[in-house]
Parts: sequence; structure tokens; C-alpha cells
Amino acid sequence: MEIIKQDRLITGRHTNATITERITRVILDNKAHPLSWYVVIGSAFMVLQVLMLTITLLLYIGVGIFGINQPCGWGLDIINFVWWIGIGHAGTLISAILLLMRQQWRTSINRFAEAMTIFAVMCAGLYPLLHTGRPWVAYWLFPYPNILKQWPQFRSPLVWDVFAVSTYATVSILFWFVGLIPDLATMRDRAKPKWAKMIFGMASLGWRGSTGHWFRYETAYLILAGLSTPLVLSVHTIVSFDFAVGIVPGWHTTIFPPYFVAGAVFAGFAMVMLLAIPIRSMYGLKDFITLKHLDWMAKITLTTGMMVFYGYLTEVFYGWYSGNPFEWYVIINRFKGPYAPFYWSLIACNGLAPLVLWSPRIRRNVPALFIVSIIVSIGMWLERFVIIPASLHRDFMPSAWGLYTPSVGDMGMFIGTLGMFVFMMFLFVRFVPMISIAEMKELLHREYGHGHGAGQGEEHQAEAVGAGKH
Amino acid sequence: MHHDTHENQPNQSAKPVGLTPGQDAPISMEAIRAKLAASTGREYWRGLDEIAETEDFQLWLEDEFPNRSTLLQLDRRDFLKIMGASMAMAGLVGCRNLPQDKIVPYVKQPEEMTLGKPLIFATTATINGYGRGLLVSSREGRPVKLEGNPDHPASAFPGDGLKYGSSDAITQASLLELYDPDRLQNTTRDGNIATFADFLADAQAIITAAKADAGQPIRILTETVTSPTMAAQLKAIQTANPRVKWHQYEPVGNSIRLGAKLAFGEAVNTIYHFDKADRVLALDGDFFMNLPGSVRYSREYAHHRRVNKNKSTMSRLYAVESAPTLTGANADHRLRARASDIEAIARAILAMAEGKSDPAPAGTEGFLKACFEDLKSAGANALVVVGDGQPAIVHAIGHKINSALGVVGNTVTYIAPVETVADSEDHFASLKSLVTDMAAGSVKALFIFGANPAYTAPSDVEFAKALAKVPLRARIGNSVDETAKLCNWNVPTTHFLEAWGDIRAYDGTASVVQPLIMPLYEGHSTIEVLAGIFGKPLGGLDLVRNYWKAQNLDPNFEKAWEKWLNNGVIAGTAFPVKTVAASGAIPAATPVNTGLEIIFRNDPTVGDGRHANNGWLQELPKPITKLTWDNAAIISPKMAETSGYSQGDILEISAKNKSVKAPVWVQPGHPDNSISLHFGYGRESAGHTGDGVGFNAYKIWTSESPEVMSGATIRKTGDTYRLVTTQTQWAMEGRDMVRFKSLEKWKEEKQSEPLAEEPPAEEDGVPTMFDQTKEWSPGFVQWGMSIDMTTCIGCNACAVACQSENNIPVVGKEQVANGRHMNWIRIDRYYVTEASAGHTVDDPLTLFQPVPCMHCEKAPCEPVCPVGATVHSHEGLNQMVYNRCVGTRYCSNNCPYKVRRFNFLNWANHHETPVLKLLNNPDVTVRGRGVMEKCTYCTQRLSASRIEAKNKNEEYDGSGVMTACQQACPTHAISFGNISDPKSEVSKWKAEKANYGLLSELNTTPRTTYLERVNNPNPALEKA
Repeated sequence: MEIIKQDRLITGRHTNATITERITRVILDNKAHPLSWYVVIGSAFMVLQVLMLTITLLLYIGVGIFGINQPCGWGLDIINFVWWIGIGHAGTLISAILLLMRQQWRTSINRFAEAMTIFAVMCAGLYPLLHTGRPWVAYWLFPYPNILKQWPQFRSPLVWDVFAVSTYATVSILFWFVGLIPDLATMRDRAKPKWAKMIFGMASLGWRGSTGHWFRYETAYLILAGLSTPLVLSVHTIVSFDFAVGIVPGWHTTIFPPYFVAGAVFAGFAMVMLLAIPIRSMYGLKDFITLKHLDWMAKITLTTGMMVFYGYLTEVFYGWYSGNPFEWYVIINRFKGPYAPFYWSLIACNGLAPLVLWSPRIRRNVPALFIVSIIVSIGMWLERFVIIPASLHRDFMPSAWGLYTPSVGDMGMFIGTLGMFVFMMFLFVRFVPMISIAEMKELLHREYGHGHGAGQGEEHQAEAVGAGKH
Repeated sequence: MHHDTHENQPNQSAKPVGLTPGQDAPISMEAIRAKLAASTGREYWRGLDEIAETEDFQLWLEDEFPNRSTLLQLDRRDFLKIMGASMAMAGLVGCRNLPQDKIVPYVKQPEEMTLGKPLIFATTATINGYGRGLLVSSREGRPVKLEGNPDHPASAFPGDGLKYGSSDAITQASLLELYDPDRLQNTTRDGNIATFADFLADAQAIITAAKADAGQPIRILTETVTSPTMAAQLKAIQTANPRVKWHQYEPVGNSIRLGAKLAFGEAVNTIYHFDKADRVLALDGDFFMNLPGSVRYSREYAHHRRVNKNKSTMSRLYAVESAPTLTGANADHRLRARASDIEAIARAILAMAEGKSDPAPAGTEGFLKACFEDLKSAGANALVVVGDGQPAIVHAIGHKINSALGVVGNTVTYIAPVETVADSEDHFASLKSLVTDMAAGSVKALFIFGANPAYTAPSDVEFAKALAKVPLRARIGNSVDETAKLCNWNVPTTHFLEAWGDIRAYDGTASVVQPLIMPLYEGHSTIEVLAGIFGKPLGGLDLVRNYWKAQNLDPNFEKAWEKWLNNGVIAGTAFPVKTVAASGAIPAATPVNTGLEIIFRNDPTVGDGRHANNGWLQELPKPITKLTWDNAAIISPKMAETSGYSQGDILEISAKNKSVKAPVWVQPGHPDNSISLHFGYGRESAGHTGDGVGFNAYKIWTSESPEVMSGATIRKTGDTYRLVTTQTQWAMEGRDMVRFKSLEKWKEEKQSEPLAEEPPAEEDGVPTMFDQTKEWSPGFVQWGMSIDMTTCIGCNACAVACQSENNIPVVGKEQVANGRHMNWIRIDRYYVTEASAGHTVDDPLTLFQPVPCMHCEKAPCEPVCPVGATVHSHEGLNQMVYNRCVGTRYCSNNCPYKVRRFNFLNWANHHETPVLKLLNNPDVTVRGRGVMEKCTYCTQRLSASRIEAKNKNEEYDGSGVMTACQQACPTHAISFGNISDPKSEVSKWKAEKANYGLLSELNTTPRTTYLERVNNPNPALEKA
């Protein structure tokens, strides 16, 4: 019986009322926040100041505060950009593709993952802007009407990046917000202070839960899901073009698009788990984010991890099979060069560590999953390190070879964006329903049917005006 | 920042008009004293009124319009004045600290000057005392670029048919020394600003007083003097005043003078003729860098060395050397030998030449025999060159070998000494006699012209200590250096671009030094100061003109003078060939030292230290080591292995109770059990750039063994030091960056069919949809460059010329360490090890490759730029649009040649040193922070030549325009021009069989291509 219970997507004895209560309490009850919430957000806020300070220095002094040089024109700036963008992918995958595939298990984690996407894209977006030598003219990458009649150079993958990332950010925010509307209305109805009612009221756009509203809502949500679906594939494909279009050995390879997309989903699911695991225990949401959720996320992590590992093997094979001495040297240099420890750590983190997820026991062992998620996140960061500086530092001309060492400025930006991400995530948890109330009720209905629980009828009536749904 | 102060801030200088507070209530001094005595802490007060706290003062302090209770109490005139001031202030509120300077164009334009166009003047640079002819471009009165003068014998070789003069790295960089912010600007006495007249008065007083003394209490110390005017002045001064004695000191070069004296019994200068030398043996002699005639010699050598369709003979160069130099790197056969073994090697060759026998050092017999046979077979076209790193005795042997080979008069000639000798050819003797006299207290006044013996004197000559005993110590120099700091009078001297003068070149040819600019500071030239101290003050122009007028070279002096100035040389002043017999007896062989030896050399970029404050030269990678911003204790890989020293370990080198700490640099090709140290570093008072850079090798250098020192001990201190180089990779990793082959192989390939002359796009069989017929038709200029690696000697002249032409910033050691050096053209240096040819890590083949932008037709940098900041011109230039660049650096990542340079920081910020603004070439944008830059093929020069052709209504064919690197190159290794014109030189070079494009397998179709390096090995040595 225990197993069956665990395999439910909602565990515990929940009614519509308890779902609403449990999720909204996090926002409405000031005492619902454990000390750890204050500790984490406080620390994250301090780390966020590292970002502010680094950006100030960067604008004042210049990109020379980074460790970049010739030959390594890109370093931690682009590594972190790709890393953050990759992390966001799980959110879109969960929201859009799993919605279209009618995967019920997405319900409790989608809101959360979407928020993660948005914050990850915000972190990512800082880098392409700030890594430029002259950030104050970075808007030249946008095609805007100007008297010079000067367009961006559309052949450059960096311009494609601008479109890919800005579209991605826009659609992600819209998708997230549209999904939030019924829940914001619930919040409006349950909030006590007048100002909170007003804010939630305005944000819920006059939602009254009428059939017409629900009809339009569902349609809009599906359309947005349809729009987001190609983005899951396109964004990281285009990010991979930043490298694949270049002629640098180690970059110039057709395997990059699928390998980047798989890597992004891989990193994204690891990050969802990394965030979900502490928060579900912090707020007692283990009934909603169940072991079954974690199990399934682990399976996706395992699958995409193996795809990524296949990519690494293919790179080595093609390095040899191409017969191109420059390509082959890059592979040898990864194995034995100055950055070899990074490469072998990458293989260990992304190739070997996820293999433990074959075991069903480990997939349901929360601490083990947490550790694997950390390892995967590190591994995906290393992957970008191996691709970017480790390819650039020894390319065609031996006379121009060099090394890249991250500087204090590089680390400041990286740690600072980690702080910003955690800070934003914890703000989100505090002020927005982190699990979709409406969808959870729908899930409850599907999982347990109408007859679940006593006094259900009245509850339904009570909630109908707000956000309840039959 | 402008502070808006009109609100209520009364300060003493801005008292409101017409109002004086407290007039009615006199301030009581007692009250003030009492108040100040009562306070315990530090009191800040603006005036006595404030402390007195008078009622008036309080009223005045608080009121915007003091002493008036309302505005109405102001009288009409005060009201209007205040209103007027307020209006003026209101206008200032919106101001930032932008300068409000107005610029006014020339009301009367100077004759010949067109704004925006350079004026070019001939003058002569002074490099280590010798002249190098220059043509200097002046922009609105500022000299901005130096080029060699084609009419000057030290800058050009008439026999090679080239119409331009060359230069070298140090000459190119001497421009920066004009604008050096650390130059001495005022005459100072004991550190306080004084006037030049004060100085002259002080000097003359002591000279007059000394007339009554015995001996020679008045001393003059100079460096090498080749200026005829100055030599005549010094001679006249000494004749007129027997109390005056002249000394001379230059740290390096003594052995050359003494060697000639030893061989011939009299001092003579040696002139080589590399254009005739088929077989050259260099005994530790780097004739490409170290001699006064090096630029000329490089031109002659390259002319003789070059092979092409019409010429398939080339010279053969043997080098025996004790430290890797350019000569060794360019040699067809190189023998590394310890400096102390070279005497025995020279003796062995002399014995062979004289038909006697003298055993060569073990292991060198085969090499020397083959080399000698080859020299002998060349007859009168052989040549032996001995370098300044060898003692006088080896020079004497060298002269004897040349004499025995019968080459004198053909590849070697002798002339009377170009330098005017003070009291002895031996500069150590000259300096020592001065120091002895100073120490004895018999010197009353010492006038030091330029020399810096407090830094450069050998450690056994205690110049600084003795100098303290001289009452009048005057230094006429360009900065407050180590010597100047010890002097009580400091007089700023002029740069050669600032004052009139004259100077002789390596062959004795005299030329006038013509100023391009008024002295930037209160400088006086050496001849003016000499005239001022010892005669009547006279301007430099008069001094030079008077001297040359007295020479009666031409009946029409004025006309001749004009011609001399115009041409930059005084025709017919070259010294005649002197016939001398090498009859001097060679002293017995010096006992060979088998222990550790230390050898001392001038640094290849900063020289003996006189260029230490020159940022261009500090940052310029040393030709062989590619080290920047440092000198090092250079040792061989084997020595490093056996002694356990690794790169950067700090050694303490001690000799004769003196020691110096130096970091190890492991250098392939260096002899074992030997350490090379370079002078020029460890300066304590060079200026902001040169202070504290490197270590001071003079500290353990002695006058007894100035070339090779034995008996030193070394100790590993355990500390390490970061040496910074621009090229960390030694090997080509099996890639064919530099292609090279032997002359024989080259000849074989030459027989085969040459490639059809086609536009490069089709050459590689790359399909293109772009119709290029228009661009490649006559009348359309297509730029291209070809670099001949057979003649490139790796001397760096191009790199500094480019830096000067294109306003390239200096970034400093830390940034170079971080891979951020900015040179647009770099000279790659590769070592090749090939066991079959005898090239090992200890003895590698050294190859050079200058790498500017390739201007690829299919440039990988262009499609990846997101804003189109790097684009192609229809003339085939890959252009960088700085204004459009946002600085993503993607282009640099995607450049397979890594020739792009990025402004990671604001390196071109001259706000703190405004004088450096004068240095910039106004035709080239000064790049700000955050933009990419790279070689442009000197696009400003191309535009100027196109505009000129258009103005003349000529069809533009791109002929006659030269890039800065090409123009500086002393070996004409770079050809540039229109490649759509088959008659252009560059087209001909590109049509050579040996022409290849770097990494052309990437289909970049580079416009810069290379001619393979052709070596001419001796078959007799090849087999071994």
C-alpha cells in the first residue's frame, strides 16, 4: 500500500480546501516561513551585491577585469551564459512539451520550473550584454530603425542569439503569467490586507472563474504551449551555433545542436531537483512534489545525460575520423593538455555520475538525488568550460597559444548571478503560489475522482467563485 | 568638477561686491588668542574674523547678501552686479568639466604646409653615437613617424635598387623618447629649478678660478662622439684651456676598437660589404643588430641572399656563437660554443688560413674544417665578422683571418676611426683615469654629457663614490637618471628631433641633424651647452653652419647647405678606404676557462639601458626569447636539467664580492655551462616605465673581464619570478606554419611549371558565385602582401614601425602576461628539432615568421560579427570599423591567425600624460576601450596615395605606396602592392613557386602570403 501511495502524484489526504490552504499559506501567513528561508534569502541578497559591485566595476573599468585575452576572447562570461540558458530549458520542457503530451506529473513542478526558467534567462541575459567591450552600444544587435539605415549583420549567430533569447524570455514570461492568472485570483480572494488584495486583484486581470474565462484561459495556455515547444529546441540550437558556426577546432561540428539541447534539459532537470528538494521539505509540500515526481525527473536526467555522454564520445570519434590534425589535436589537448582535469571531471560528472540513476532505489532516495543534481550542474558548467576556453586556447597557430585563467571579476559575476538566482527564486516562493493551485485541484479530481474525502461538496462550492474548477 | 558656490558659501576670494564685513567692529587680537588657546583639538579657520566670531562676521556668514536685512537694502549698482554674476553662474551650472579652449586655424598658413598633410624632412638619428639617416613626417609641427633616408649610407644600400631607406626597432622607437613624459624639463640646481644662465655663470666662475690651479681640474665626460662640430669644439676647448680634459665612456664596444689597434697598430674602423660576401663566418658577431652599420649590412645581406625566378644563388652564413642571436638564427650552419672557446676556434681558422696547424676545440673540428674550406673556395668573397661580445684578441685574430683569406678590399675595407677619441680608445682606461682623479680630489668640475656611468660603470670602477668629491657636478642629459641624481647641476638636453647638430654614419658620411620641432622643454643641445660653458653662447644652427662653412667643401656654401639639408647627407664626406696591414703580433692564447662563464651583452631592445624608459622597446618581445619587460639569466636546457634550475627560478650570481639576483630563462641553442646576462635593466632612476624593471647586470660586471667572466658562483635562492613572453609555444606542433627547404630542393622545384597567374579566389579551386571580373580588371586595385622568409631576419623593426604608425598602445607587463599585447604585426619564432639534420633541443633550427593580418578574402572574422563592424572593401581589405564595434570578440575567436587585438582596458588614455597626445598619427583613430583592432595594411597610407592620384587626375594603380612594416624592414622581406597588376613586385613575388598562404587549407584565401624560407646548407656538413 505504501508503494501505491507513493506512486500517486498527490499524497496525503487532501481536499480542494487543503490544497488551497497549503499552497496559499506560504504567501499569506507570515509565520509560514522557516528561519532557513530568511537565512537563504538574506545570504542570497548579500551575494547579489557581489554582482552589483562587479557590474559597477565592469562598467567603470572595462571587460579587462575578466580573465579573457587573446586567444581566449570568451571565458566565464560565455560559459555562464550558456550554462544559465541551459538551466532554463527544463522549465520550458516541463511547461510546454509535457503539457501537450498530457503528462499529469508536470503539474506540481511546472510553476516552479517556469519561474526557474525566467530567472535563469535573466541571469543568462546579463552576460551577452555585459561581456561586450562597449555594453552601452549593445543595442546595436537589435534591428531597430535608425537614420544610419544600419542593420545588424544577420549572418552572425550572435544576432540569432538575440532573437532566440529575447523570444524565449518573452514567451516564458507570458506562459508563466497566463498560468498564474487563476491562482492570482485565488490569492486576491484569500488575501487579508487591502493592498495585497489590490495587487493580486490587478495582477489577476479581473478573473472571476467563469466558464468563458476558463475556456479562453485553456485555449491561450495551449497556444502558448504550442509556441514554446519549438523554443525548447531552437534556443539551445542557436546558442550552439555561436560555436558550431565558428571555424575553431572543437567548435566547428554539426553535433552541437542536439547535443546542446540534450545538455540543456539535463542541466535544467538537475536544477529543478536541486531547488525542489529543499523547498518541498522547507514548506511541507512533500504531498504535492512526491517521490514519483522526483523519480520521473531522475529518469529524464538519466536519459539526457546519456545523450550528452554520447555526444562526448562522438566528438572524440570525429576528431579522429576527420583526419584533420587541428581537430585531433583539440581532442588530444582535452585529454592531456592544461585543462585535462576539467575534461576528466566533466566525464566523471556528466558521463558516470548520472549512471547511478539506473537504480530505482537511488531515484527515490532524496539526498542521493540532491547530490547527483549538484554533480550534474557542475558537470554541465565544466562542459562549457571545456568547449570554450579549452578549445580557444590552442587553435591553429601554435605561436598564438595561451591560457585562460578566470579572474576575480569573472568569479564575481558568476557567484553574483548565483546569488541573484537564489534571491529571485526565494522571492518567488514567498510572493507567488509556487505550485499551481488550479491545476493541483484538477489533478486531485483526476487522481481521486469526485468521491474523495468528506465534505468535498461544500468546499467545491466555496472555491468556485475563486479559482476552483470542476 | 565645477562646484556651484553662489548659494551661501562665502569664501575669502569671492566676497560679495562692495561689502566688507566687520568694518565697524575692530577685531581684538587678544580675544582671538584666548579663543585659540582654549581649544584643544585642531582648529580650522578661514580668517581672523571667523575666529573672533564677531557679530558682523556671523551676519555675513549667514546672509546671502550680508549686512543687508532685505534685498531692498542693496543699492542699485550692487544689485546689478550681483544679478550679472548670478546670470553668469547660471550659465555655468549646466557645464561639465569640458575644456573651453578655442582652436583657431592658421591665419597665415606657414609656407608649404597643407593642413592634414605631412611635411617630410631629412634629418639624422643618433643611435649609440652614430648617425642613421631619417626622413621624418611632421604633422602640423609634430614629428610623428620616422623612416630611413634612402640617400643615407647607414639606412640604405644603393646597390639593391630599392627607393626607400630602412631603419631598425630602436631607431623607430626613438620617436617615443622625444615625447617621454619623464624627460628632464628644467635646468635644476640641487633639485631646484634654476636658469640656464645661472648654470653658465656657475660653470664659468669655476673654470675661471681653475686657471690658477695646476693640472686639469676641469673635466668633460661624453659618450661616443662622431659629431664633427662637437669634436672640433672639444678639441678647441682643450687647446684653448689646458686645464680641461675630456673623457669618454661607452660600456660596450671597447673590444672592437682595441682589437683593431692590436691587429693594425692603429685604430681603424672596419666596414663590411655583405653584398659581395658569398661565404660569411660570424664569430659571435651579431651584425644584424649591434653594429653602427647594421641596417645597411642587413640590406646588403638580404640583397645577396634573396632568391627568385631570376636569381638562384645565395650567400652561405656560418655562425659560431656563445648566445643565440639573430645571426645564429639566420645562419645556415650554427655552432654553439662557449664564449671562452671562441678564441681557440678563431685561432684554428687563422692557422688553417695561414697554412699552419692549431688544434680546434674538441668537437668543432669537422665544422671548422668544412667552414674553412668553404670560405677558402669563395676566394675574395669570403668574410669573417667578429662581434662585440668577444675580447680584443679575437677581433685581432679576425682581422688576420680576413687578411689571410685575401678578402680585404673586397668584402672588408678599413677607414680611419669615425669616432673622435678623447684620451684613449680604451673607454675603461678613460673612465678609470677620471675616477682616480676625482677620488684624489683633483677634479673641480665635471661636465657629463649624456653618459650615465653611475649606472653603467663596471663594478670595479667606483664612479658614484668618487663623483661626490667633485665640487661642481653638472649633468647635461635627458632625464634625472642615476648619474643626474648625484649631480648638483642638471641641464636638460635636446632630443635629436629638437635641435641642430651634425653626426657621422658608420662609414664616416656626415649629415646635418635638422630639428623638426622647437625643444618641448628648456633643453639645449650638447654643442650649445659646450659653447655656452667654454666660449660664447651660440645657437646650434650657427655652430653647425660655422663649422661646415669653415670646411670649404663647396664654394657656394648656401646652396650646398640647402642641398645637405634636403638630402640629409653631406655628399663626399665618407671616409676614404685606408690601407692597413694586419701586422700586429697576436698575444699568446688566453688560458681556456672550463668552469662556469658569465657573458654580458647589450639588451637587444633597451640596449645598455639608455632606452629603458621607452615603453615601445620594453614591450617589444626580444627577437629570440620573445621575453618582454625583463632581462634574465639565460642558460641552456642541458644546464637547467643538470643543475636543477627551471624557468623563473631566481639565481644569485656572485663574483668578486658583488652579487645580483636574476631569474632563469632556459634558452634552446645556448651553450652549456654558461650564463648570458643582458644590460639595460634594473634601472633605479629611468622614469615611470623603466624603474625597477629587471635586474642590473652591471653590478657584477668588471672592467677586467668585460666580455666573458669566469669564477662566478651561483646559488639558487629558492624564490621564483614571473618572466613574461608573448610566445609560450616553441614548436610548430607538426604544422607547416613556416615552410623551409634547402637551396638545392628549391632549385629542383623551380624547374617545374609555375602556377598560372590567377586571382587567388580561383587559385584554390574554391567555387564562387561572386563575379570578380570587375574587381580584378585593370584599374581596380587589389591589395596584397608577400613576406619573404628567406630574407626576414626577425629583427622587429616592422613591429615598432607599425606601433608608431598606427598609434598602438603599450599595455605593460601584467597585461602581456595575460595575453593582451597589442602589436598588430608579431614576429613568430619557432624552433625546429630534426635529429637527422643535427637539430636538437640543445641546438634547434630557429625560424621567424612575421604575422600581420592576412586580409583573407573569405575572412572568418567577417560573418560572425553581429553588427558588421568588420567588413571587406572592394580592394580586398578586411576593414575594422571601430565606431561600430561593440566588442563581442567573436571575430578574434574565429580568426585562425589570431591577429586581432582587443582593447580590454582604456589603454589609449593620455589624460594623465598629455605630451603623449603629440605622438599620435592624426590619420589613425586612437582606439578607446572595448573595441577590436588589427592590421589595416596601413589603410591611411593607401587612402592618401589614392587621393593624391585622384588630385593629379591620374589612373590609380596602387604603385608607390608602402606599409609601415614594409618601409621599416631592413631586409626588404615585405612586399606590398596591387596584386591585380601583374607587373607589381608583389605580384611577381606571389607568382614564385615558393609562395604559399598560411593555413590556406581553411579556404580563407589570405591576401598576405609567404615565400618559403630557403637555406643554403653546405653539403659537406649536411652529410655529417
